[in-house]
Amino acid sequence: MAKVLMKGNEAMAEAAIQAGCQAFFGYPITPQSEIPEYFSRELPPRGGLFLQAESEMAAMNMVMGASAAGGRVMTSTSGPGFCLKLEALAAMTLTRLPAVIVVVMRSGPAFGTMKAAQEDYRMCGNGGYRVVTMAPSDVQEAAAMVYEAFDIADQYRNPVVILADGMIGQMMGSVDFDRMPPRRENLPAKDWALRGSDSRGGKAQAILFPVGTAHYIEKNIAETELYPALIANETRVESIGVEDADIVLAAYGTASRMCRAAMETLKGELKLGLIRPKTLWPFPYEAFEAVNPKCKAIICPEINIMGQMIDDVKIAAAGRWPVSHVGDSRTDFLTPDAIVEKVRQVWKEVNA
Amino acid sequence: MFRNTIIVAGSGGQGALRVGQMIAYAAINEGNEATWLPSYGAEMRGGTANCSVVISDEEIPFAMVSQPGCCIVMNNASLAKFQAAIQPGGTLILDSSMVDAPVERTDLRVVRVPADVIAEEEGNSRGANMVLLGAYVAACGGISMDAVCQNIDHSFTGSKAKYAESNKRLARRGYELVASQGN
Amino acid sequence: MSTPLNHRPHSLNDSPFTFCPGCSHGIIVQLVTSVIDEMGIGGDTVCVGCVGCGGYLPWFMNTDTICSLHGRAPANATGIKRIQPDKVVFTYQGDGDLASIGTAEIVHAAHRGEKITTIFVNNTTYGMTGGQMAPTTLVGQKTTTSPYGRDAAHCGKPIRVCEMLSAIDGAAFLERVAVDSPANVRKAKKAIRRAFECQLQGKGFALVEVLAACPTNWGMTPVEAVGRIRSEMIPYYPLGNFRDFE
Repeated sequence: MAKVLMKGNEAMAEAAIQAGCQAFFGYPITPQSEIPEYFSRELPPRGGLFLQAESEMAAMNMVMGASAAGGRVMTSTSGPGFCLKLEALAAMTLTRLPAVIVVVMRSGPAFGTMKAAQEDYRMCGNGGYRVVTMAPSDVQEAAAMVYEAFDIADQYRNPVVILADGMIGQMMGSVDFDRMPPRRENLPAKDWALRGSDSRGGKAQAILFPVGTAHYIEKNIAETELYPALIANETRVESIGVEDADIVLAAYGTASRMCRAAMETLKGELKLGLIRPKTLWPFPYEAFEAVNPKCKAIICPEINIMGQMIDDVKIAAAGRWPVSHVGDSRTDFLTPDAIVEKVRQVWKEVNA
Repeated sequence: MFRNTIIVAGSGGQGALRVGQMIAYAAINEGNEATWLPSYGAEMRGGTANCSVVISDEEIPFAMVSQPGCCIVMNNASLAKFQAAIQPGGTLILDSSMVDAPVERTDLRVVRVPADVIAEEEGNSRGANMVLLGAYVAACGGISMDAVCQNIDHSFTGSKAKYAESNKRLARRGYELVASQGN
Repeated sequence: MSTPLNHRPHSLNDSPFTFCPGCSHGIIVQLVTSVIDEMGIGGDTVCVGCVGCGGYLPWFMNTDTICSLHGRAPANATGIKRIQPDKVVFTYQGDGDLASIGTAEIVHAAHRGEKITTIFVNNTTYGMTGGQMAPTTLVGQKTTTSPYGRDAAHCGKPIRVCEMLSAIDGAAFLERVAVDSPANVRKAKKAIRRAFECQLQGKGFALVEVLAACPTNWGMTPVEAVGRIRSEMIPYYPLGNFRDFE
């Protein structure tokens, strides 16, 4: 299949189907509605199930049930719906049920606006659990990440979140489905799936919310085995020119694309590096060890007002470089020009 | 290396978003890169519609166009909104049968195309955007008329197939009008 | 051939019940698992628990089972049934779970004609959290959050779930039963069996509402509590079939 032009939302849905997604449960919300629309059109004729749920919560709990029954399943939403899905997301981490959740972020907090933004960084794993959170920056990568996310979820029995934003969802870009990541082999059999005890020679299977000691043991397994394995194996980052940079930009998703445009503008003026986390959890702290020790500052452009990922960047910087935020609540408010201006201002300050 | 940055703007129903998509599709089909980004959400219902398009033979850093090299404008409101943003010396393509407000910028190459009138002449009143598409190819390039016409065949199928031939004629008329002006 | 109630159904595991003395859950769980045994469907059954006292059920089941979040059992069951359409999927939910926090899920599961069976235990209170007011709490009934008695002008009258769901086409079987007497227990068992047959025949959504006693939170002896089902609950929640299939 050659390179084609597709909307990000549709490319993610197509990638999911190609990855073997059997069922999609969702609810309409801008700017992700093309995802359920695409599934409703494409999945049934290709042998899968599309069901529009009565609510965001119901959709996520249907995903939980379908995953418990052994299905490869997915849902998608935006920030206001993601809040409503978090209870079931947490439950799925506790019961170790795999699924893929695509979040196409818009401006917040709460209802916010429909404009693309990066407001939900901190929603991907609060309340004592972690989920692999992948952050695509263009349509090709959005499709590739969704495609691979199903395998990651099944390999580790843990949900995977794709944290995209309204610009990636709504824009059209080129995507080549021949360039998807390789399928993972030897994924564990879903012998825990609820298919009736007859499927196991009479042995009943329970998927319980562990309580008391059992809960402690489950949590302990997650914290001592699952999460370290995810950190060791699934951390992804793209670094550009950080070794000799005067200033390093740290940004993900659409904000990182703005950084690329700002870097073009500032070419010849000063040396800019870019650290682009492709996974927000596990966060690529190690990537900051390669930063030029003589680098003067790290700037963290985010499409939100106060900065969210900047906390992890500060942990990674560990006081070696000053870290500052530039951002605004919408993609038409934060622009590459605003990043250029911020870089020039910081450069002036550090050289004063 | 080339990189064309384009904004197409009009009122809802004029087909501004479609023109942008057709440019992007043509670029992809010729092996280049393209991005297309619409205005969306509540804004979609407000009567104006615009999109950013970038086509290039290299990776495109950012899909949103704030200072277009070329702006295709289909009504007065869009002219007012985007005129100031066009790059110095950039190209402004106007549907002159719809836009009667004066162009205040003096540094732009202004290409006036009576797209609506031409579409009416062809008996395809909704095809003015195809005239502007052809005009764009002649004025700014980056894509070929062959790719545009192939795309029209590909895009207008089923119940809309009957418009394909007429739309190709309209695109060619837009192209020839601008090419003959030596722009 | 009916299983005597003093026999432990095969669909239960060996764990002793943790329900309070006189609680109706023990009887209802016995009925449900006996029906599953008698129909020979235990090996193909998936039980979906709830949150509340009914949420203990997954720990007692010798069938495949899952805990669901508060109110979401019908959504979980939908996901399971849609992936495994040939399995028998049932939810077991209390009144706080089904008729309050999970109202949307039960209404829409019924509306879609989801081919699942729901056992709805109505004891007019939140048992596990300590006897708070439920949507099913009777007018005047004192609970820990209606200490002066439920005031209809303040928080409405109790929800009649079977009547509400009988407005929905997708509900193929709806019946209200009680477990206050041997005769009513036998009727309850018949209704539960019919609700599973409804699913096996692919007719649509099936629900059995069971009027149940909660002596602990009602502040009554088990005998008094059973008497209250008869004297106070049945007059407001009339027993009978609300929807049946051919």
